[in-house]
Amino acid sequence: MNAPVRDVAPVAAPVSAAGTAAPAGLPPMPPSSGRMHPFEALGSAFAALTANALRSMLTALGIFIGVAAVIATVAVGAGARQQVMQQIQSLGANLLMVWSGSVTQGGVRLGAGQRQNLSWDDAEAIMRDLPAVEVAAGSIRQSFQVVAGNQNWSTSILATAIDYFVAHDWNVAEGRLFSPEEANSGRKLALIGATVAENLFGDEDPLGREIRIRATPFEVIGVLARKGQNTAGQDQDDIIIIPYWTARRSVMGASRANARAVNVVSVKVHEGEDMAAAEAALRALFRQRHRVAANEPDSVQIRNLSEVAATRDASSRTLSVLLASVAAVSLLVGGIGVMNIMLVSVTERTREIGLRLAIGARRGDILAQFLAEAVLLALLGGAAGVGAGIAISHVMAEAGGWPVLVEWDAILLAVGVSGLTGLFFGYWPARQAARLDPITALRHD
Amino acid sequence: MTALIETRDLSRHYPAGDGVVKALDGVSLSVPGGAFVAAMGPSGSGKSTFLNLIGALDRPTRGTYRLSGENVADLPPDRLADLRARRLGFVFQSFHLLPRADALANVALPMVYRGLGRTARRDRAAMALDRVGLGGRLHHRPSQLSGGQQQRVAIARALVNAPDLLLADEPTGALDSRTGLEIMALFQALHAGGMAVMVVTHDEAVARFASRILRFSDGHLIRDEARVPVQAAALLAEREAA
Repeated sequence: MNAPVRDVAPVAAPVSAAGTAAPAGLPPMPPSSGRMHPFEALGSAFAALTANALRSMLTALGIFIGVAAVIATVAVGAGARQQVMQQIQSLGANLLMVWSGSVTQGGVRLGAGQRQNLSWDDAEAIMRDLPAVEVAAGSIRQSFQVVAGNQNWSTSILATAIDYFVAHDWNVAEGRLFSPEEANSGRKLALIGATVAENLFGDEDPLGREIRIRATPFEVIGVLARKGQNTAGQDQDDIIIIPYWTARRSVMGASRANARAVNVVSVKVHEGEDMAAAEAALRALFRQRHRVAANEPDSVQIRNLSEVAATRDASSRTLSVLLASVAAVSLLVGGIGVMNIMLVSVTERTREIGLRLAIGARRGDILAQFLAEAVLLALLGGAAGVGAGIAISHVMAEAGGWPVLVEWDAILLAVGVSGLTGLFFGYWPARQAARLDPITALRHD
Repeated sequence: MTALIETRDLSRHYPAGDGVVKALDGVSLSVPGGAFVAAMGPSGSGKSTFLNLIGALDRPTRGTYRLSGENVADLPPDRLADLRARRLGFVFQSFHLLPRADALANVALPMVYRGLGRTARRDRAAMALDRVGLGGRLHHRPSQLSGGQQQRVAIARALVNAPDLLLADEPTGALDSRTGLEIMALFQALHAGGMAVMVVTHDEAVARFASRILRFSDGHLIRDEARVPVQAAALLAEREAA
C-alpha cells in the first residue's frame, strides 16, 4: 500500500524546502562534539547524591568506617614500627652481645652472667682474631649511690673502653668522650646520661662539675646523647660511664677475684658482614679460649639484639595485618552497601533512564552516570574516613601514648581503594541501568 | 527529494507462548518533510509500536525504515542514540520531566548528550522555553507547574536539538480538553513553522488537527487519509468568545 503523498497546506505553512532552516524556530545548533563530556556524568552524579543526602551519607558510612579503621590501624602500626627502628638504632647496628654463661652448682643452674668467665682479654682476642669484627668492648656494670653537691641518685655505673661508644653508636650531646690515653692512665672522668644529669644537676650545667662514686670524686666531662627506653622499657639514659681501668683501681676493683673480669662484651661486626657467620666464629673462638669440651654447652651466651627487636617488629606487623584485614572486611561490607543502594537507585529511576535514552543518551552515557555516582559516593566516604582516621590516630597518640605515624601512601592507598570499591560494586548496577530497554523503561511505574 | 519517513513492509513481531504476536505487520508508507500526521487506532492496534519504530527506540523484525534515506534498521545502538539526539524529538503522555530539575535544566538535558557546553545549553533552553510560551517560568520545577505547562516544557525539550521530526505519544492524554487544545495549537504552530509532527492518539478529537491520518488496526495500516485539518487556535478563540 502506497501512501498518497499530499500537500494540502491549509495554513500558510512554509513548505520546508530548505529542510535545515530551523523548523523549531530556534537558531541552528552550534557546533559541538556530539558526545557527552565526561564531567557531565560527575555533575549529574553529584546532583543525584545530594538529592538523597541522608541516604547517601548512610551508604557511605560503611566505606567511611572501613577507611577510618585502615588509616588508624596503619598509623598505629607504622608508629610502632618506627619506634622499633629507633630502638634498633639505639642498640647499635650489627651488634652482638656476649654474656658470661650460666653456672651449675650441685644441679642448681644459675642465670646468665653468674659465671664471671669473661675478661678484658677476651675483647682484645676478638679484635685480634676475628677480621669481621670492627670493635669489641668489654664492660662491667654495677649500681651505686652517686652524690653531687647536696643531691644524690642511685644509678648504674658502666665501666668500659672507648670502643663501647663505637659499638653502640653512642656519643655525647655536650662535652666530650674520654680519650684512650685518659682511660688507660686511670683518670677519674665520668660521662653521665641525661636522666642522671637531670637528677643530680637539674637545670645547671653539669660539665666540669664533680660527682662522687663511693666517695671517689669524678669530673663530669660529657653528657651522653639521649637514647630513650630500650625494648624492655628500661631507661637507657639512667647511667654513668667511666673508664674501665679507673673503675678497677678506685671503685669496683679490689674485692674481685678476677681483676680483669667483665660482664659483657659488645661486639660490632663490620658493615656488610654476615651476622650469623660472625656469631658462629665468635662462638667457636670462645669454645677454644675457654677450652670447652665438644660435648659440653657453650661457656658464654651470644645474642643479636637487633634480631630481638626485629622479632618485636614482626609481631607488631602481624597485629597490623590482622587489624587491616578487619578494616578490609569493613570496606567490603561498605562496598556491598553501595551496590545495594545503587540497585535501588536504578530501579527508582528507571523512567528517568528511559527518558534519557529517548532523548539521545548512549548506553555508555548511562553507564558512566551511574558508575560516577557509585565512585563519587565511595570516594566521599573514603575522604571523610581519611579525616576521621587521622583524628582517631591523634586521639590514640594523645590519650594512649601510642606512637602513631600517618603516612601519605596509606592515605592515597585508602582513597584509591575506596574509589576502586565504588567502581567494582557500582559496575553491576550501572550495567543494569545501561542495559534497560528504553520502551519498557519509559513505561515503568 | 527523499521522503522524511519511508517504510517498506515494516513489521514488529513478538514471540508469545507458542506463537507470535504481530504488533505491527507489513506497513509501507512515505511521509514528506514538514507533514503533520496522526497515527490512530484503539489500544493494541499497533500505533504505539509504529511510533517506537519511527522513533528509533525499537528495531523492526522485518522490513525497512528510512529516515531521510538512512536505513535505521541497520544502525548499531550508539548510532540510534545519535539519531534520537539529532533528528528526533519525543513528547510523552506523562511528560517525563525530571522532578528535581527546573524547567531550564529539563530542557537543557538533551544537549548534554550532544556535548554542548553549559552556557550554550542554558541559552538555547531559555530560547526553546520562550518559543513554547514559558519564557517567564525558567526556574520553576515541574511540581510548581500546571499539567499544560509541564507538557510545554516537554515540548521545548523535544525541540531544543532542532529535530526533523517531533513524535508525540498521546500528548493531550493527561490534560483537560482546553489545555489539550492549547497543546495542539502549539503543535500546529510548530508545524506551520516547518516542523514535521507525528501524533499518536486514540482520540478522533486530537487527530482532526492533523492533515493526514494513518488508521491502524490489529497491526495493519488499514486507512491512510488526507484531510483538511481543523485549526486548534480557531477553536480556542471560539471558546474565548463564548
